[in-house]
Amino acid sequence: MAATTEKTPSIPCDNHLTEEKHRAYREKLRAFLAEHADPIAELYEAEARFPRELLTRMAREGYLGTPFPAQYGGAGHDPLSLAILIEETSRCWGSLGIILAAHIGLGSNPIMMWGNEEQKQKYLVPLAKGERLGGYGLTEPQAGSDSGATLTNAVLEGDHWVLNGTKCWCTNATEAYSYVVSAVTDPDLGKSGISAFIVEKDFPGFSFGKKEDKLGLRASATGTLIFDNCRVPKENLLGERGQGFKYFMQTLDGGRITIGAMSLGLAQCALDEVAAQLVTENLTGDLFEHELRLAPLAEMAVDVAAARSLVYEAALTRTHQKRWTLEGAVAKYLASEVGMRVSSKAVEMLGFQGLKMNGRVSRAFRDAKLCTIGEGTNEIQKVVIARELLRTLGA
Amino acid sequence: MSQTMTKPSGVCFELSEDHKMVQKMVRDFAQEHLAPKAAHYDKTCEFPWENVKKMAELGLMGVTVPEEYGGAGMDSLAYSIVIEEISRACAATGVITAVQNSLGEYPLMAFGTEEQKKKYLPLMAKGEKIAAYALTEPNSGSDSAGMSTTATLQGDHWVLNGQKNWITNSTGAEIFIVYATKDPELKHKGICCFIVEKGWPGFTIGKHEETMGVRASGTCGLTFENVKVPKENLLGVEGEGFKIAMQALDTGRVGIAAQAVGIAQAALDNAIRYSKERHQFKKAISEFQLVQEMLVSMAVEIDAARLMLYRAALKRDSGEKFTKEASMAKLYCSEVAMRAALNAVQVHGGYGYSKEYPVERLLRDAKVTQIYEGTSEIQKLVIARELLRD
Repeated sequence: MAATTEKTPSIPCDNHLTEEKHRAYREKLRAFLAEHADPIAELYEAEARFPRELLTRMAREGYLGTPFPAQYGGAGHDPLSLAILIEETSRCWGSLGIILAAHIGLGSNPIMMWGNEEQKQKYLVPLAKGERLGGYGLTEPQAGSDSGATLTNAVLEGDHWVLNGTKCWCTNATEAYSYVVSAVTDPDLGKSGISAFIVEKDFPGFSFGKKEDKLGLRASATGTLIFDNCRVPKENLLGERGQGFKYFMQTLDGGRITIGAMSLGLAQCALDEVAAQLVTENLTGDLFEHELRLAPLAEMAVDVAAARSLVYEAALTRTHQKRWTLEGAVAKYLASEVGMRVSSKAVEMLGFQGLKMNGRVSRAFRDAKLCTIGEGTNEIQKVVIARELLRTLGA
Repeated sequence: MSQTMTKPSGVCFELSEDHKMVQKMVRDFAQEHLAPKAAHYDKTCEFPWENVKKMAELGLMGVTVPEEYGGAGMDSLAYSIVIEEISRACAATGVITAVQNSLGEYPLMAFGTEEQKKKYLPLMAKGEKIAAYALTEPNSGSDSAGMSTTATLQGDHWVLNGQKNWITNSTGAEIFIVYATKDPELKHKGICCFIVEKGWPGFTIGKHEETMGVRASGTCGLTFENVKVPKENLLGVEGEGFKIAMQALDTGRVGIAAQAVGIAQAALDNAIRYSKERHQFKKAISEFQLVQEMLVSMAVEIDAARLMLYRAALKRDSGEKFTKEASMAKLYCSEVAMRAALNAVQVHGGYGYSKEYPVERLLRDAKVTQIYEGTSEIQKLVIARELLRD
């Protein structure tokens, strides 16, 4: 990370939010990424190549199980460390950030939260150790923002659930070993008829559709899960029957912090590059003669500082409170808008260099757009935020 | 007061019948022939010769060139409409056409000798040869007077040495309008403008740049190594190059503003279409107020942008100085294009992020309109200078 870690202006906005352990975790992680991720990011991104070997290496360092207890193979870190993991990886390489976010937050965490002991031993342990990768299946072609409109269904036949349906926009599709999937078990009960399942990639009747060709995050795999009379053992029902919708919404509450952290990392990357560029321009003399060139740097830095405060605050709320829906949505909304604004401005600040297809800034710009969409579009966030505020007021 | 007026002056609420005809003709053509191939050209980065050929048949490669030189002889307002409609279908083809018209043909029309005009203009106006405009260098982007490509007079030839980069149309072009300095000490007063042909010894077209947007527009670097340019290929007079470059950019900015409006309109077209098709929570997403808000802000801004574009074009046609109007239109239209493209992706949700729908391409294409022919920051400096001049 030539232009990043050392030379970047450090905005001292997180000194009171982080503890020594978080800063130590961040330093170690930065060194790891500078050595192993940064040198390959541009090439892998250009070739849309999944960074399998890098993930294996990260697994050995415990990063794939960052927030899970040691007894389940994890590293036992808190939600703020998880946010820092996603922020720093995304700052280096957006695709790596989203792969980890999906693996930890969506593919593994629901098993930690609602899995029984057998499920944890069988599925969570290898996920936390990074021996396997996790995925998630909620969105369907007709059920995007409206995830309650799930059509994938599960019918109990003897000791198996038989799943039929299609999930789309699944991060880590084809690369993951196990998938946490929602399906309707009781069609008459509406959202209370949705349940969650753990599905292995080799279960009969489970196949993958085409890999999506995307604007950004091109080294991450996004695809379709197809269930055609897929037989899932009865014991792979996750948690209680009919609680799936609730589980998925809570999972998204967590996912929003990580998407916020990802946006933050992308914005920081863009800020780093602009700062490095301005250093090379060696603007001398009266700085008031360069206001148009300098003001964006200040605006970006303020934006990034605000986003970091909200993302870290949301992670800390998750540590201390049972419910962090409001904080997660607020952080995701602001940070993703910041990610887009800052990276877009950075492209302009770098001029034609900013337009180079797989350059750092062009990548951050293309990657950042996902964050205003994934884990609930920002239009959905606004409705969630308003609902939570009105709920607090007793409305 | 004015029975003689054939077009609105000062305000422009409705296009004349002639302009409406041009608009309909180009729109129908572009939607039928250009739009279906836009994704292909974006993917492959091929120079869209097929598009160029068809547009040439309609006279679109020389919109404002007088008929005696093989052009269509139309005004700047018509030109703006043409670039908007082409860009609405395919932004890469839009910029190719804009460069041909504004940066290739315009300097010849304004500064060329009769011989130069006769020799080069018909080839360009009929689309038989593509033109490019070589001003930017690796170390002189916004600061174009600081260029380091040199021109030295040796007998009856100028000898050019140096490098240019980010030159649109390079993979297809055969005629290059090239700027070089006869003495860097003279700064902008030392700059000269030349007409250089592809294939001249020492002139190399470099590798195609892999860019984020307008990927089929043939952007390359150029290298000049002792390139001998006949004296008669100096455009304008010695040391007048900077003036030519700046005037060409004034015209060019109208073209880029038009391209931006076209991209923004395409974004709105797609967002409206998709929001009516896509159903969530048991209704079309177009029925949600927050989605409507996005559509509305796009539509309002596009309308304002288009009026600014038309104003700049009319000012240009009036013969008055239009630097400020062109810069204002370019600044505002490109920002509107960016916001509209972002909103269009947002309305499409996950689908907007995939290459299955055209909106992610519009987003990539929109970004460059804030950068080329002067970044937004440069436009602000230009506008401020014009505002403070009096």
